[in-house]
Amino acid sequence: MVFEPKILGFLCNWCSYAGADLAGVSRIQYPTNVRVIRVMCSGRVDPVFIAEAFMNGIDGVLVLGCHLGDCHYISGNYEAELKMKMLGKVLSMINFADRVRLDWVSAAEGNRFAEIVTEFTEHIRKLGPSPIKNDKLKKQILDNLSATKFALCDSRLRALVARQRELTTEGNVYGNIIPIEEFEEILDNAIENEFIRHKILEKIKNEGKSVPEIAKEIKIEPHKVLQHIVTLRARGLVDVDQINEEIPTFISIKEV
Amino acid sequence: MEKIGSVLVVGGGIAGIQASMDLADSGFKVYLVESSMSIGGVMSQLDKTFPTNDCSICILAPKLVAAGRHENITLLINTNLEKIDGNPGNFTVELKQRSLLLDQEKCTGCGVCAQECPVEAIDFFNEGLSNRSAISVKFPQAVPLVFSIDQELCIGCGFCKGVCKAKAIDYTLEDKSTTLNVGAIVLALGFDEYDPGPTQQYGYGKYLNVITSIQFERILSASGPHSGLILRPSDGIIPKKVAFLQCVGSRDKKHGAEYCSSVCCMYTAKEAVIAKEHMEIIEPTIFSMDVRAVGKDFDKYIERAQNEYGVRYIRSRISDIKEISETKDLILHYENEEGKVISETFNLVVLAVGALPNHSTKALAKKLNIELNSYNFCKTKPFSPVESSREGIYVCGMISEPKDIPETVVEASAAAGAVNILLSDVRNTLVTEKELPKERDTIGEPPRIGVFICHCGINIGGVVDVPEVVEYANKLPDVIHAERNLYTCSADTQTNIKEQIKEHNLNRVIVASCTPRTHEPLFQATIREAGLNKYLFDLANIRDQCSWVHMHEPEEATEKAKDLVRMAVARARKLVPLQEQQVEVIHKGMVIGGGVAGMTAALNLANQGFEVFLIEKSKRLGGFSNNIYHTLEKHDVQELLKDLINKVKNHKLINIFLNARINSIGGYVCNFTTNITFGGDKQKKEFQHGIIIVATGAHEYQPKDGEFLFGKDERVILQSDLEKILFTEEEKIKQLNSIVMLQCVGSRNEEHPYCSRMCCSEAIKNALKVKEINPNLNITVLYRDIRTYGFKEKYYNLAREKGVIFIRFKDEQPPEIKLENGNLSIYIKKRDIGDIKINADLVALSAGIVADGEANENLAKMLKVPVNDDEFFLEAHVKLRPSDFATDGIFLCGTSRGTATIRESIAQAMSAASRATTILSKDILKTEGIISKVDPALCIGCNRCAEVCNYGAVGVKYEEGLMISEVNPLLCKGCGDCAAECPAEAITMSHFGRIQIEPMIAEAAKVTVADGRPRIVAFLCNWCSYAGADLAGVSRYQYPPNVRTIRVMCSGGIPKSFILQAFLEGADGVFIGGCHLGDCHYIAGNQDTLRRTEEIEQIIESLGINPARFMRKWVSASEGKIFAETIKEFTEKLQKLGPIENDYKKEKKEIKKEEKKEIILTE
Repeated sequence: MVFEPKILGFLCNWCSYAGADLAGVSRIQYPTNVRVIRVMCSGRVDPVFIAEAFMNGIDGVLVLGCHLGDCHYISGNYEAELKMKMLGKVLSMINFADRVRLDWVSAAEGNRFAEIVTEFTEHIRKLGPSPIKNDKLKKQILDNLSATKFALCDSRLRALVARQRELTTEGNVYGNIIPIEEFEEILDNAIENEFIRHKILEKIKNEGKSVPEIAKEIKIEPHKVLQHIVTLRARGLVDVDQINEEIPTFISIKEV
Repeated sequence: MEKIGSVLVVGGGIAGIQASMDLADSGFKVYLVESSMSIGGVMSQLDKTFPTNDCSICILAPKLVAAGRHENITLLINTNLEKIDGNPGNFTVELKQRSLLLDQEKCTGCGVCAQECPVEAIDFFNEGLSNRSAISVKFPQAVPLVFSIDQELCIGCGFCKGVCKAKAIDYTLEDKSTTLNVGAIVLALGFDEYDPGPTQQYGYGKYLNVITSIQFERILSASGPHSGLILRPSDGIIPKKVAFLQCVGSRDKKHGAEYCSSVCCMYTAKEAVIAKEHMEIIEPTIFSMDVRAVGKDFDKYIERAQNEYGVRYIRSRISDIKEISETKDLILHYENEEGKVISETFNLVVLAVGALPNHSTKALAKKLNIELNSYNFCKTKPFSPVESSREGIYVCGMISEPKDIPETVVEASAAAGAVNILLSDVRNTLVTEKELPKERDTIGEPPRIGVFICHCGINIGGVVDVPEVVEYANKLPDVIHAERNLYTCSADTQTNIKEQIKEHNLNRVIVASCTPRTHEPLFQATIREAGLNKYLFDLANIRDQCSWVHMHEPEEATEKAKDLVRMAVARARKLVPLQEQQVEVIHKGMVIGGGVAGMTAALNLANQGFEVFLIEKSKRLGGFSNNIYHTLEKHDVQELLKDLINKVKNHKLINIFLNARINSIGGYVCNFTTNITFGGDKQKKEFQHGIIIVATGAHEYQPKDGEFLFGKDERVILQSDLEKILFTEEEKIKQLNSIVMLQCVGSRNEEHPYCSRMCCSEAIKNALKVKEINPNLNITVLYRDIRTYGFKEKYYNLAREKGVIFIRFKDEQPPEIKLENGNLSIYIKKRDIGDIKINADLVALSAGIVADGEANENLAKMLKVPVNDDEFFLEAHVKLRPSDFATDGIFLCGTSRGTATIRESIAQAMSAASRATTILSKDILKTEGIISKVDPALCIGCNRCAEVCNYGAVGVKYEEGLMISEVNPLLCKGCGDCAAECPAEAITMSHFGRIQIEPMIAEAAKVTVADGRPRIVAFLCNWCSYAGADLAGVSRYQYPPNVRTIRVMCSGGIPKSFILQAFLEGADGVFIGGCHLGDCHYIAGNQDTLRRTEEIEQIIESLGINPARFMRKWVSASEGKIFAETIKEFTEKLQKLGPIENDYKKEKKEIKKEEKKEIILTE
C-alpha cells in the first residue's frame, strides 16, 4: 500500500489562501493529503504550532505566504522567514527539518499552489511516515518534540528572533547594525542551549537522575549537562532530588 | 599650597573599604573609586575565612552597607583613575566612569531586566562556573545595588528598557569624566590570581577536573553555582578524593612568581576543612612543600584540619598530572617520606593559585609616578609599610605584598593613619552635616500611622495584590493613611511621604517593600526630614521574603503581605522615639608600652595634635627591638630606634613615663581616668584620656635549663645572642667551621602551640650575615617548615644559593644535641636517607616569641578585655577588627596581639592610632539609639546581665547600699542579650523590646493559612539569618508561604517568653534563626541562644507541646537556599504533627497558668 502522508498547511489569508481558492476555481487538481488552516499572515505561524503538529502525528507542514515584498502587513512574511529558519535549526537537531517547508504563493498563482502541494506530498511520501508512528521510537521522538516545543516557548529565544530583522538590518538601540553572522551565532547558541535544557528537563520530569545518566540518555558530554543543570537550578526549574553516596540526582521541580 | 580635607581611595576591596571608613569617621571627605560594579573585592567571593571559618559575606556585607551609606563617602563605581597632578595635600585627579548605560540613581536593583535579557554570558564572579545576562549585578549583596549593561556583550535589543518600570535604562549615557581636588590618595588595588591557563600548567584548561582554588571557593559557597554542593565539573559527581596542590604560581620562578603568596597554605587548609564539613565522604589531601601557618592561631587550625577533619598532608611538589580519559580522574605522582615514588588517583584537583600584582598596578604606577619593586608590587619604605615612593600617596593591602585579610585591614587603617597626619590641619573642612528640622515631640499623641505599600515595578505587584493590601491596611487600627507606590524608594515618593506626614499629621510610618537591611536608613532619613524621630518607622518585607519566594501562590502571598503589614502596624503602635546620647571626648590618648609599636602609635597621635601619655614599664624605650640590629632586608633597626626615641622624647605633646606601673584604669571610651606610679622615685600621677592603645609587646622564649644543652654548654646560644656576636664580635665568627641553627625552639609545641612567625627569617638573616663574614663556614638550618612568607622567600633562595644547608626534621622527632668528647654533635632522624650526624662549633637556637602572661592578664583584667589561650591579647574580630578590642575606645598593636615583625608592628601601631583617631577627632561621640535600659525598681541585682554581655556594657553597681544593674549607653551595642537573660524582666531592649515584639507575635501567630498548613512564627537575627532569608528571595528560592518572620537584632536577644507566647497565641511551630557559632555580629550572642534552645525545649515539653515544634538553626547570610529548604522541611514536619491543638491535653486556661509557673521555676 502506498503511504499517504498527513500534511498540514498554514495559508495566509491574503495571498496563499486566495491562491488555493484560485486553484479550486480553475479546477486544478492536486493530492488530497493536505489539510489547510487559514491564518491572517504567515508571520502568525508560531513555530510552536508546528512542533505541536508533529507531536500530533502530522508527517509534514507547509507554510505558505505572500511573496516577499507583497505582504499585506508590510513585513509579516519576512518575520515568517526568520521564524522558520530558527525552527529549522531546532528541527534539524531531531531530524525533522525536512518535514517543514515555507514557500510563497500569490493570489494569482493557483497553479503554483497545486504544484507545491503535489511536489511536497511526493517529498514527504519519499521520506516516509513520521518516526513518531514507530512504536519503538515514539517515546524518544515525543520527548524530543516536547523539548523542541518548550525551547521554542522560551521568552529569551523568542525575543531574539523577534528582534532579529530590526537588529541586523535597521540597527539596535545604539544605532549599530549587528552583522548577520554574529547574530546567527548568538541565536544558534541560544537555540542549542534551550533545546538541550528542555531535553534535560524532559528526562528528569518524573524521576531524579544523575548527570552521567542524563548525559548518556541525551548523548551530550556530562560536563555540558552539568553546566545546563547549573543554569536550570538558577532559574528554579531543577533541584537536587537525592544524594546517594557520591552521586547526586537532579529532578525537575516545576511544570514548565 | 592650601591643603584639601578630602581623600581619594582607589580600590573597593576590603582594604579600600576599611581605609575609607576610618578616614570618613575621622572627619575627611572620601571618594572611593572602584573599577568594577560593586565594592567588596575578592572577599565577597569567598565562602568562609580562616582561621575562624567565619562566613565571608556575613561579616563583609554589613561593612559594604555601612560604607555605601556613609555620609562622608562617595562611591564611584565602574570608575578608573586617569590622571593626577599636584602635590601632597593638594592633588587634582581626573576620573573616568565607564557608562553603566543606566541611571544609577533610578535603578532599584530589582533585577527584572536580567531575567528578560536574551544574552547569556559567563559569570566571572562565579569564576566561569555559571552564566549571567548581559545586564547584571555583580553579586546579590552588591553595594551599590545597581545593574549595568556589559557593553561588550549587549546586542542592543532594547528589551531591558522595555521591562524597566523605574525607567533607569538609558542607552545614550556616555562615559563620564570627573575632576576632583583631594589632599591625599590611598591605593588599594588588591591582586590578581595567578592564571595557570595560558601554559596549561597541571593540565588546567585541558583537564576538566583540574580547577583553581578560587573556583573551588565558589563551589563551596552556598550562594555559588552548585548552591554549596561539591560537584566536579566533568560529570557532576561528588569527588571523593580531592587533591590540593600548593604553590601554583608561587615560589616558582618558571611559572608565576618567585615569592610566597602568604595566604595559600591557610586558604587551602580551610577549603579542605570546609569541603569535609560539607560532605563527609570527601577525603582531602594537600600536597605542599612547607606549611606556612604564620598567623595567630593558624597552626592550631592546621592541627585541627589534620586531627579532627582527617586532612592528609603530603610533603611533595607535584610536577605533572595525567588524566584518565574515560573517567576523567587524575593521576598524581609523588615521592613519599621514605623516598618511594607513589602514583595515586584523585577525582578532583584544586590548584592553590598564588597572588600576582593587580593587572592595573603597573599602568597606574606610571600615571602616578610611583615606584614598583622587581615583582611589580608597589615599593614602600622599609619602616613605613604604607608609604609609597611619592609623598601623599599611600598604599595598603595586597598592592605592596601578598598578605591575608587581617594584615590587609591593619594596613588599610595604617594608611588612613598616615593620611591623618598629612591632613590633620584640614580635618572636618569638607564633611557636611545635613541641616535637619527640629524633631516634633510626639510623646503623648495617639499613634497616627501612614502605610506606604510598594509595587516595586512588577516585583511585588506582579504577585501580591497590592491594592487589596492597601485596602486592608486602611482598616487596621490607628492607620490614618495607606497608599501604594510604583517604587516607594524613588526620590519623588520620598517627597510624597513627607507631604503625607504633614497632611495627615502622621507620627508613625510603615513602608511595605523590600528589606530593612538595605532600605531602612533611606526611609528613616525621609521621616526625619519631615520632623519625625527616625525610630518611629517600620518596614514590612513583602518582597524579598514574600513576593519573590511565593511566586506561584499569589493569593497566599497576598495574605502573607497583609499579615506582615498588620504585624508592622502592631509594632509601630508601640514604637517610641529614641535619642542618641552625646558624650564629650577628651582629646588625649594613653599608649601602654614604649617599644617600636607604642612609640609609633604615640607619635602618630601626637603629630595629629593629640596629647599622649606613653607608659613604659622598663627604664628605657625601645622594647625588644633593642636586641635587633638589622632586618632580613638589611634595614638598620638601631637607626630606626634612635630616630623614633628622639622624636618621641622631643615631641611636646608626648608625656613619657618610664619605670611605670598602672594602678587603676577607670571610666570608658571618651573619658578614661588612669592612675600610675612611675620613675625611680615612685611618683604618682593621674590623668584623663579618651582612648587607650595597648602595645605591651612580648619577649623571646628562654629555653629551660638544659633544653638542647642551653645553659649547660656555652656554645649553645640563642639566635639573638648570635646576632649580637655578628654585629659586635665579628672576629669570633671567622674562627668557626660549623654552625647549626635549630628552629622552633619554644614554638609549635604543647606549651606554645603557635608559630612565632619571624624565627625562620631571623635564622636566614643571621645565616646570610655569617656567610658574608665567613663564606667557608658550614651552616645547617634544622627546620620543620621554612616559613619565609611573602617576599622573604627571596632570602631563603639566596641562603640556599650561598650554600646554607636546610634539613627538615619531623615534628615528632626533634634533633638531639649531645656532648661527645667535648664536641657538640647533632643527630637528626631521616627516613629516606638514614640518620644524620652533624658536628657544630656553635648551635643557635631559634627561640620563639612568648607573651608576657602575667602582665597581660593583669592588664586585661584592668581593661576588662580578653586574652587568648596563648596569653596574647584578643582583638574584637580576628579578620575585620584586628586593631580594636570589643570594648570601645581600647585598641591594640604589635606583639601584644601576637607575633609580628617590626614592619608589621609599625603598620599595626599606625592602624591602632587611626582607629583611635575615629574617636579622638570628634568633639562629641554619639551613642547607639537602640540600647538596653534597666528599670531599677525591678532589678534584683543578680548580675546575670553582665555575664551575657560581651561588651562590658551592663552590670551591677553598688550604690547607696543597693545592688542595681546599669547599662553604659556608650558601650551597649543593642543586641538585647541582657534583656533576654534578665529573670526579673528589669531590662528593656529598646526598639526590639517586649513592648514592640509581643504584639507582633500575637498577630503572627493568629494568621490563617490555606490548605491546613502549619502556622510558623520565625525569629531571625538581623545579620545572618534575616540576610539569608533575603538571599532566598533575591535568588527566588521558593518556600511555603506559611511562615511569618519577626526580625530581631540578635538571636541572643530573644527571650524564652517570646517562644512560649507564640505557642500560646496559636502558632504550630516556632523557628529561631541565628548566625553560625563564631559568626555572631555581637561576638557570642548565639552561644546564649544555644543554651536557651535546650531550656525552651524542656519548657515546652513540660507544657505538653511536642519539642519538635520548635526549631533552631544557624543560617548564614549566604545560605538562602538552606533557609528555603529549612522552612520547607520544618513545614513538612509540622504538617505531620498536625495543628498545635493536637498537643494540648488540658484546657488552654490551665496551661496558661502552668506556663507562668514554669517560667519562674526555670529562670
